Amino acid sequence: MMNLTLKIWRQKDANDKGQMVDYKVTDISEHMSFLEMMDVLNEQLVNSGDQPVAFDHDCREGICGMCSLYINGEAHGPDRGITTCQLHMRMFNDGDTITIEPWRASAFPVIKDLIVDRMSFERIQQAGGFISVNTSGNTQDANAIPISKHAADEAMDAAACIGCGACVATCKNSSAMLFVGAKVSQYALLPQGQVEAADRVKNMVEQMDLEGFGNCTNTGACEIECPKGISLENIARMNREFLSASLKG
Amino acid sequence: MSGLLSSSIARKFAMALSALFLIFFLLMHVSINLLSIFSEDAFNVASHFMGTNPLIQFLMQPILIIGVVFHFVMGFILELKNRKAVGVHKYVKNNGAANSTWMSRNMIYSGLAILLFIVIHFLDFWIPELKYKYVEVLPEEPTRYYHEMVEKFHNPIKVGVYVVAFVFLALHLLHGFMSAFQSMGLNNKYTKTFERCAKAYSIVIPGLFIFIAIFHYFNQ
Amino acid sequence: MAILDSKVPKGPIKDKWTTYKDKINLVNPANKRNIDIIVVGTGLAGGSAAATLAELGYNVKAFAYQDSPRRAHSIAAQGGINAAKNYMGDGDSNYRLFYDTVKGGDYRSREANVYRLAEVSGNIIDQCVAQGVPFARDYGGLLDNRSFGGVLVSRTFYAKGQTGQQLLLGAYSAMNRQIARGKITMYNRHEMLDVVKVDGKARGIITRNLITGEIERHSAHAVVIASGGYGNVYFLSTNAMGSNATAAWKIHKKGAFFANPCFTQIHPTCIPRSGDYQSKLTLMSESLRNDGRIWVPARIEDAKAIQQGKLKPTEIAEENRDYYLERRYPAFGNLVPRDVASRAAKERCDAGYGVNATGEAVYLDFAYAFKRYGTEQAKIHGIKNPSEAEIIKLGQAIIEEKYGNLFQMYEKIIAENPYETPMMIYPATHYTMGGVWVDYNLMTTVPGLYCIGEANFSDHGANRLGASALMQGLADGYFVLPYTIGDYLSDDIRTGKIPTDSPEFEAVEKEVKEQLDFFINNKGTKSVDYFHKKLGKIMWDKVGMARNEKHLKEAIAEIKQVREDFWKEVKVPGALNEMNVELEKAGRVADFLELGELFALDALNRKESCGGHFRDESVEQSGPQKGEALRDDINYKYVSAWEYKGKPSEAVLHKEQLEFNDIELKTRSYK
Repeated sequence: MMNLTLKIWRQKDANDKGQMVDYKVTDISEHMSFLEMMDVLNEQLVNSGDQPVAFDHDCREGICGMCSLYINGEAHGPDRGITTCQLHMRMFNDGDTITIEPWRASAFPVIKDLIVDRMSFERIQQAGGFISVNTSGNTQDANAIPISKHAADEAMDAAACIGCGACVATCKNSSAMLFVGAKVSQYALLPQGQVEAADRVKNMVEQMDLEGFGNCTNTGACEIECPKGISLENIARMNREFLSASLKG
Repeated sequence: MSGLLSSSIARKFAMALSALFLIFFLLMHVSINLLSIFSEDAFNVASHFMGTNPLIQFLMQPILIIGVVFHFVMGFILELKNRKAVGVHKYVKNNGAANSTWMSRNMIYSGLAILLFIVIHFLDFWIPELKYKYVEVLPEEPTRYYHEMVEKFHNPIKVGVYVVAFVFLALHLLHGFMSAFQSMGLNNKYTKTFERCAKAYSIVIPGLFIFIAIFHYFNQ
Repeated sequence: MAILDSKVPKGPIKDKWTTYKDKINLVNPANKRNIDIIVVGTGLAGGSAAATLAELGYNVKAFAYQDSPRRAHSIAAQGGINAAKNYMGDGDSNYRLFYDTVKGGDYRSREANVYRLAEVSGNIIDQCVAQGVPFARDYGGLLDNRSFGGVLVSRTFYAKGQTGQQLLLGAYSAMNRQIARGKITMYNRHEMLDVVKVDGKARGIITRNLITGEIERHSAHAVVIASGGYGNVYFLSTNAMGSNATAAWKIHKKGAFFANPCFTQIHPTCIPRSGDYQSKLTLMSESLRNDGRIWVPARIEDAKAIQQGKLKPTEIAEENRDYYLERRYPAFGNLVPRDVASRAAKERCDAGYGVNATGEAVYLDFAYAFKRYGTEQAKIHGIKNPSEAEIIKLGQAIIEEKYGNLFQMYEKIIAENPYETPMMIYPATHYTMGGVWVDYNLMTTVPGLYCIGEANFSDHGANRLGASALMQGLADGYFVLPYTIGDYLSDDIRTGKIPTDSPEFEAVEKEVKEQLDFFINNKGTKSVDYFHKKLGKIMWDKVGMARNEKHLKEAIAEIKQVREDFWKEVKVPGALNEMNVELEKAGRVADFLELGELFALDALNRKESCGGHFRDESVEQSGPQKGEALRDDINYKYVSAWEYKGKPSEAVLHKEQLEFNDIELKTRSYK
């Protein structure tokens, strides 16, 4: 059982200035997940008539990409290859002070407390994150175009992105290159996606810039903090795709 | 092609190209400097050639200057854009060391240190050189270079500044060299080997510059 | 009220769908532009429906409570998606998939719907591949299949352990294309709080903007509900924290019948609970049962010692272990269907043989698989006289290759190395077969109101087979609803825009606001979660894996009591016009508190054991099946469709009798 001090960012709404507030939680089991510890805090706050801390979460098994906390200076906390909901309290010690902040980036404005607005990601996907095929039921047979196992596996690795935004949050430049690179790569690696590959990469990058994300300076922090281990190779691939698409006109 | 430089990726690409050009220039520069250790004559011949050959003077030199200026200006532009992207709210606690190298996070500072050195280097060497050749139009003297250089390394403070500057250059290169390849879209199965070569380059080249300075300091 | 009419077309089962599609009314493309459709929920069913309807030309408004359609809980499905492609050449066919699904559902689903599902299954795979879903492939570049859930063919397509994610991202990308074209207006962070009927037809919904708290009116010519299942009525389930039944329950209260609420799937291989703070349960793929052996200690004193932490599982001798599934079901052993495996685990734990501190866990042991694979590998690699340790190491490598990510996930959560000590597992609520009653067109008993995916009572009968949920969601959304909805909308081409300032909208909005006002102003003393946990405990203890009349009656009374307390004592901090998570939860739990009661009532009414619904009173009394579930086809071969009459307890039961013309009714036997 642990007693902890939590320093949490509280912000009433988008217009509020916001500040760090200290809380104490007691009798935290090491088997709890981090968000269950937050539930305990919130139950405490509700019972004392205070507003609970708002934070995004949903599936609590590391796949929906909702949860998004910057814990002790790291996206999704100190463990690797996991989302915040998969972080367990056994990573901490009795008496610790834990700092909990929302994702920080101009393109991710805070909505409330620890919840940020990730609509910029949506707009990037809408700019080209798809293959223009109708769901008519008249597509050709799934096995009509063989795809090498290698390409299919690589596309899958890129497609594993959950869109949580940890890459942006952890990037010293708030760059979204890993997120965009993963989507561009998934389609660029598959024959189905190649038809409109040039337009896709140009449109998605243009939207990414419009949203105000920063430039990639290849620190590699995103790859390390990414809960799904999306590789930096995807950024290189996007650079390649973009440059060749731009040169072609 | 239109708007190529207006996109973030193109800016990074341009940054990488100018970087690779400067990296290549460093190799040339250190090669000539190295000659000073082995042979005074050889160094003088090479320096004289570089200093008087019209192709070098009127084509390569301006390109180099443009390259340097471009790299710095673009570096500042990118830094400003990135600061804007980060926004006014900074993390209260940020543990950058957990996921990235100091070098990669502080390119702007290692870059600024190098810029400072280049300014000193210009004042100390390049401006007198220009003055000699184009303002005062003194006669060509093919054997003056070696002495002029050795003299500069007499002052221990100068040598100290020189050494520190090249340490910063090494730090800058340790991240920058590989980063340039990534920005240009090169990341494949050879990347690991490349990375090792780039790391070796980043340490060996500045190391040689430092060695030459110290060598001359102790061999007066 | 309408008498249940399933509207199943006439003719041989193989031709029903084709003939039906040929004859239904269509809306011409120019008129589609004048028709609005609301889709609530953007998982596999809602997302695929929204995209397809928009492609056809309708104006779609899609609603999700999350910040993006990509976060719907379909994303968490791991294993795969079934399709009768017969790529493996192992004799698969539409009929076989149809047959397996009906049999797996313990003969409580509608034949015509299931056949249609099997028929379009192949098309789903074609569609998804065209969209860029990176399914697993073999070295020849063709699609790979795995086998799943005890069927006799390999027909499950998969994308690593993230098939649901990849399929959802496929549907999401199709939606994005339409959002960019302006054909879908996406309302993220919006929750539907009620449906609006005008002249008896569904014409719109009332929503709350979860960021600003604003109450909004949205009108359309048809409303599609794709809001998923109600598994969170148990509080603890493998569902997402936000998964709720509000949309489905609100339409039920406005006239849509609710079918078979008691058919709920309890999945056997979940990570056990560790304490009262637990917020959700984590599923581990059923595929683990292919290689793991399930056991508990045979001696009660060993079990007690383990519960107190005085004994380790590896210290229990072979003869003192009870491999209860192998003992009870020699033919299927550890691979019995989900419902059977779950009940058997509960039976052992109830008898006191559970293996963790809470007494609610059984072992899933891979030691044998390590040895078996290790020996095999030693032979393959030509290692002579390998040591025990070498064999185990070789075997572990194989298991790691197959289930490495699951083992890792387990270790993260439990902090025990499953390569060294057996895993602990326990059943958890996973999927709800029951849901809103729909006809062959997927329309509810309210005209113009459709329900698709897990939210409807679906094609899975009393039990769903593995890898079939994804199939049904996408079949409904991509290939069924877009056709059938046209038949209804063809009457609406001259209706014009539906105004939102009508008295009907006003009245429903008022109702919604009143409930929200109540929550904010109620000066209670207990949090929403307090009541949700109480409800969950009643549901799990008395309406869980095994049910009986006594417990069900108690449950009904207790749920009523909790509900009364809730309305008196609930406390919701904060205000209406802001993001207010507690307020969101309060509305959802209020609906669960009503649904739970209907659930228990339905379970009480169905005195047979069938699929996920097991009644202690209905078991085989003799013969080789002694003690197993006893289905009663004479009295219960129907879908129970409940009509709301003001209170859950006063719901009126309507029966849709099921006819089986193409499949013979048989007892499911796994002995």
